[in-house]
Amino acid sequence: MINKQIAIEKAIAAIPNGATIMVGGFGDPGTPFSLIDELLKQGQRNLVIIKNDANEDAIGISKLIKNNQVDKLITSHIGLNKTVIDLMNREKLKVEFYPQGILAEKIRNAGAGCFGFLTDIGIDTEIIDKSRLIYFQGKELIIEPALYADFALIHARRADKYGNLTYGSSAMNFNPLMAMAANQVIVETYQLISSAEQSPESVHTPSAFVDSIVKIDSLTHEY
Amino acid sequence: MTVNKIISRAIQELKCGQIVNLGIGLPTKILDHIPPNMDIFFQSENGLLGAKKIATDAPINYDLIDAGGAYIDTRNGASFFDSSVSFAMIRRGKIDVTIMGAFEVDQEGSLANWKIPGYFSPGIGGAMELAQKTPKVIILCSHNDKKGNSKILKKCKLPLTAKKCINRIITDKAVIDVTEKGLILKEIAAGLTVAELIEQTDAELIIPQNIGTF
Repeated sequence: MINKQIAIEKAIAAIPNGATIMVGGFGDPGTPFSLIDELLKQGQRNLVIIKNDANEDAIGISKLIKNNQVDKLITSHIGLNKTVIDLMNREKLKVEFYPQGILAEKIRNAGAGCFGFLTDIGIDTEIIDKSRLIYFQGKELIIEPALYADFALIHARRADKYGNLTYGSSAMNFNPLMAMAANQVIVETYQLISSAEQSPESVHTPSAFVDSIVKIDSLTHEY
Repeated sequence: MTVNKIISRAIQELKCGQIVNLGIGLPTKILDHIPPNMDIFFQSENGLLGAKKIATDAPINYDLIDAGGAYIDTRNGASFFDSSVSFAMIRRGKIDVTIMGAFEVDQEGSLANWKIPGYFSPGIGGAMELAQKTPKVIILCSHNDKKGNSKILKKCKLPLTAKKCINRIITDKAVIDVTEKGLILKEIAAGLTVAELIEQTDAELIIPQNIGTF
């Protein structure tokens, strides 16, 4: 019988030092706060974190960064976290910025089993690596490589034991993309539903992309 | 007072039937002041088309925020989607108007709003894609910084978000259009003279015969 539910300790213990980890969420909604707290507890180091933002100060991945577990953050916007901006300015944390939709598309592209795409976003700005410019169909474009990861930490509003996921409102954001792009996908959910309760039409991420389901017992104040 | 002035002037730019994206900061405040009868779909790049101000007595949906992190509600006809669909909508030009803040703008219509090296680098967020791909880009900002320096420059000094992307600039002191000929003053804040405005503006302004006030 397929049952992907495992204990949170065991799920997070699979992550080694130096892992590249995608973390879902835009601000609070969709951030897997319980999985992050377990990672904080276990203390894996030299991590590369890929997340849209750095959460706000003292919550979510901001705690991992403050605990010196993160070498590099690949992100889009950290404007709501002065502590992380300060660490970046003092060169205590490497931060790589992408336009938000380009970050999303790099992840989606990996999730679709591709290697990259062409775009003109940011073409007149300093973010462009000139070695990746090409002429294609009469236009100057940028080759943007797909972005893969070792792990994804995902928050779903609802999941079944097979790993079918449904997201809530704006908590969807990067979660379904990251669930497709990472090699190992760990999902937390507060609502673990039975297969009888599941409606195939309401599944956002199909079970094939999911490796582990962690049932969390409460939604803490961070959610 | 000046914040409300900028916001109420910005709301006059919007029309029924439009899809509008509001940037973090001053622009997201527009949602709180939009007249309820205006049939507009506000797109929030975190994955929502149809954002609405949340009523003070309504229950909060903790999974539902705007791009600035404030709790919001949805209007009739709203939809949710992931971040890649959200930015497909933006890069495909489906957003009619984007309203965003700025550190600097210049007389060519270029925008800098993502990085002040070594000091405050919030990051790009959705700004590059919105600025580059939205048919109408409106900038809301204070005309001068806290030291009195003009934010409307001949040439941006900070790293650019996008080149030649702005259509209209609304500040606490003026409404300015970016055109092929340069910056044209459309309206001036009540109580300010054109000579005073020119002195407080680094960029060259084209002053037409008729200028409105706001």
